[in-house]
Amino acid sequence: MNRAKADCIPLLPVEELARRRRRHESSVGDIWTLLDDVMDPEIPVISLYELGVLQDISRDGDTVKLVLTPTYIGCPALGIMEEDARAALTAGGYAQVTVETRLAPAWTTAWLTPEARRKMAEYGVASPEAGGTTCPQCGSANTEVISEFGSTACKSLFRCVACYEPFDVFKAL
Amino acid sequence: MKLDDPLTRYVVRLGDDALIMGHRLSEWMSRAPFLEEDIALSNVALDFVGRARLFYQYAAELMGGEVTEDSFAYQRDVRDFTNLLLCELPRGDFAFTLCRQFLYDAFSLPFTQALCQSADPQLAAIAAKAEKESQYHLRRSRDWMLRLGDGTAESHERCQNALEQLWIYTDEIFECDELVDDLVAAGVAVDTRSLRSVWLETVTETLHAATLVVPEAQGAVTGGRDGIHTDDLGFLLAEMQFMQRAYPGLKW
Repeated sequence: MNRAKADCIPLLPVEELARRRRRHESSVGDIWTLLDDVMDPEIPVISLYELGVLQDISRDGDTVKLVLTPTYIGCPALGIMEEDARAALTAGGYAQVTVETRLAPAWTTAWLTPEARRKMAEYGVASPEAGGTTCPQCGSANTEVISEFGSTACKSLFRCVACYEPFDVFKAL
Repeated sequence: MKLDDPLTRYVVRLGDDALIMGHRLSEWMSRAPFLEEDIALSNVALDFVGRARLFYQYAAELMGGEVTEDSFAYQRDVRDFTNLLLCELPRGDFAFTLCRQFLYDAFSLPFTQALCQSADPQLAAIAAKAEKESQYHLRRSRDWMLRLGDGTAESHERCQNALEQLWIYTDEIFECDELVDDLVAAGVAVDTRSLRSVWLETVTETLHAATLVVPEAQGAVTGGRDGIHTDDLGFLLAEMQFMQRAYPGLKW
């Protein structure tokens, strides 16, 4: 394999690989699929799974156990995510749900897939990129930071110098 | 609430620092100089309150029984709080709040980095989350030191005054009592004495760049870890705890 081709292989963080494997090898694949409809409350175009918040699902008799990890420690959306996941499971016929909040491994934006990043950009939220931040409206790389802290704990506020639009950027964590 | 277990006491201390700092920051909501800064202060407040919740939840788990995170926040009186005095000082003007924040962030980053190595897996996990946020906090508060210190004559003067007032409270950050020493020996706690030089380096470098002067040591005020506080903490608690005191067990 030549080097150029090797560079094209997307590298997955080991934690993310382990998470995908948990889903792939899970005996409750239907519950993972069911929860694919539960979206992030702040960026309602990506699911809790795509965001990396949904870490694991298991089942013990009638009880479904979810493992969630917070993006930011103080993120108030985690409570909403839990409620939304419970509501989806109840509607899907799983009435007994327990939720565990797991801190390690610590969530990172490195877990966001290219697909999730694309959906976020279409929604107007730029994701952190190694080469700088590009405007989700016009695609210009000529952008500047307005505030390190934006509308939610996980975002900062930028402005596009080319099209003048302000926009949110997912903080690189 | 009587706390005997050393680990629980240590965890509650860390929770107390975070809660009181977070509450002081939250007092700026709708009062900051401009909108973006209002949001930034609220965000940082949220990070600290979130950090407090994780420490208190862990302490509650260690204690078992009826104790919850809220028991620590709402059902203890002033002498039971063991936060650093630095965290409880009234918010003062904007320069005072930012100087306090900078002095604390410059400590908090190496502290959370060191705590990631704790032999206690839950403390290490909380630290791993907090450390990433601390990097943001320090970058922002350092940026403000430069802007205010090297800004107008008035912003410079207010900053320098704030530093002079705050300096005597910084010794306490690096004080370790028997509780900490024992937990350091067990590989659980961080020996903050070992962080003093890196803290002073960050502070000195930033203050020089901000055309500010590192204050001269004029003695040290301590006592927070033993529950001996300034008058101000009582007023803070009176406001923060009012609802739970008036209506015990109240839920949203």
